[in-house]
Amino acid sequence: MAWFRKPQYGTISPDSRRQDIPGGLWVKCTACGDLVYRKDWEASLKVCPNCNYYSRLGARERLDLVLDHNSFKEYDANLTPVDFLNFTDSVPYKDRLTKAQENTGFMDACLTGEGRLSGHLVAIGALDFFFMGGSMGSVVGEKITRLIEQAAAKHSPLIIISASGGARMQEGVVSLMQMAKTSAAIARFSQTGGLYLSVLTDPATGGVMASFASLGDIIIAEEDALIGFAGPRVIEQTIRQKLPGGFQKADFVLEHGLIDMVVKRSELRDRLAKLLEMLT
Amino acid sequence: MEPGILDFERPIEQLENRVAELSRFSSTENIDLSDEINRLKERVIALKTNIFTNLTPWQKAQVARYSRRPLLSDYLPRLFTNFIELQGDRLFGDDLAIAAGLAKLDGETVAIIGHRKGKDTKSNLAVNFGMPHPEGYRKACRIMKLAEKFHLPLLTFIDTPGAYPGLGAEERGQAEAIAVNLAVLSSLRVPVIVVILGEGGSGGALAIGVGDRLLMLSNAIYSVASPEACAAILWKDRAKVEDAARALALTAQDMLRLKIIDEIIEEPLGGAHRDYDLITGRVKGSILKHLEELKKIDVEQLVQQRYERFRKIGEFEEVS
Repeated sequence: MAWFRKPQYGTISPDSRRQDIPGGLWVKCTACGDLVYRKDWEASLKVCPNCNYYSRLGARERLDLVLDHNSFKEYDANLTPVDFLNFTDSVPYKDRLTKAQENTGFMDACLTGEGRLSGHLVAIGALDFFFMGGSMGSVVGEKITRLIEQAAAKHSPLIIISASGGARMQEGVVSLMQMAKTSAAIARFSQTGGLYLSVLTDPATGGVMASFASLGDIIIAEEDALIGFAGPRVIEQTIRQKLPGGFQKADFVLEHGLIDMVVKRSELRDRLAKLLEMLT
Repeated sequence: MEPGILDFERPIEQLENRVAELSRFSSTENIDLSDEINRLKERVIALKTNIFTNLTPWQKAQVARYSRRPLLSDYLPRLFTNFIELQGDRLFGDDLAIAAGLAKLDGETVAIIGHRKGKDTKSNLAVNFGMPHPEGYRKACRIMKLAEKFHLPLLTFIDTPGAYPGLGAEERGQAEAIAVNLAVLSSLRVPVIVVILGEGGSGGALAIGVGDRLLMLSNAIYSVASPEACAAILWKDRAKVEDAARALALTAQDMLRLKIIDEIIEEPLGGAHRDYDLITGRVKGSILKHLEELKKIDVEQLVQQRYERFRKIGEFEEVS
């Protein structure tokens, strides 16, 4: 797959995620601690060549990974979050938002739009874990719903790449209701015969997993991703014991019949293209 | 004094005990203390009013979870006749944390789904403290489809700390079970009325909470996360539950302001646990009123209105 080696990956802006990188020429793997030559790391799509650790990708990188070069047209980039509950915990919500916006360059935790994947026109969205843990509040819920509605209107297949810790607590029950809103939109889309491919990346948990991310006609998980309803810490506190190794990992949920397949990051685009070719 | 009584209820309890004592004394000694007793009774009412109209969000959460609060098992015989329980998800098992079945509401057959909690530790263990597993949600889903097939209005009753976070629940697809219910309820072709009785715990509540009308008891709560979880995650301090409960805007009054619910069902003075018959009567009245309205709506329009109801929830700005 020679096209994965194109230098376009060198143009990805690493912004805040670079903190642990000495000098920028070398990358220290967060899992095994090995120093990896940056270009090798990027060529392997931010998967450690030594220990196969998958570094998380932002929404823009996700889209670049699967879409044809320069084919993405963004929808609803102007939707911005509002602190309508005046929510302040240890840090005010407003400050959390500003910081996340500065770090990622996005207004909220997802990018939606349309693009071409191996020539197929698709409605596509990606959640960004680097924006407040990819949490779903009003903006994410609204953008995902509009994306689904666009896919329905244009009769195009829908792809959503999820990475999220769940519903955003700072928007209270309104975040919870985004689960109902997005699921209702998926139900409608499905009833009209629309194809929805749900891609789960690390981590896919909480309210996102308990709504649209679980409702794909086909559900694909990236290798090694954590997938579930409750986070491992919550489960450990509830059952008061250590969880077995590999619990809630992609292979585990595959074994339990909850997803269709586990793919390597380098194979995701090709797999999506084949499915689109067969189902559209 | 009974154990487990809420702190802020203590003064009421003490005064009520005093009234009872005086009444006993007056009858055994045959002395007329009615003036004194009436004065005390008035003070009880004033005290109840004072305490219960000024509850903090965290205190409301405690009332919503109170062991004396009426549960689904208290409502069922008071609201319905001929309740027939239906069990099992036909896939794995029967989850007692969700009760489902058919019953008559003033002569009309309705389908019922609700969270089941217990009154004490033993009964709570039997129903996993009202925290369903996937098989509970899948049983609920089966009843939703049954209601649709036989054109029965669906009534759901919410009272749960949340969906159970455990090994088996994860292995059997807790997230999928909830997501499917959201999708199924959103397009179900019969009227759906949701009543939030006590605790509306996040996705575990919402999984049976998508409907045409949402009614909520005045001391019930509904939240994206429990105050305890929210305090632990955002404040990194479980002691901050008071702050978390306030920040989360989880009261019935918040829900009405945020246009999540349609109506608050006012609890008797001092909370629903003070008068089971009164609160169940009010719940029944409210259900009947809304059911009458919903039955007049054409089913296509009903499903469309339900879609729009949830479609428009969200607070954001569109900058140019």
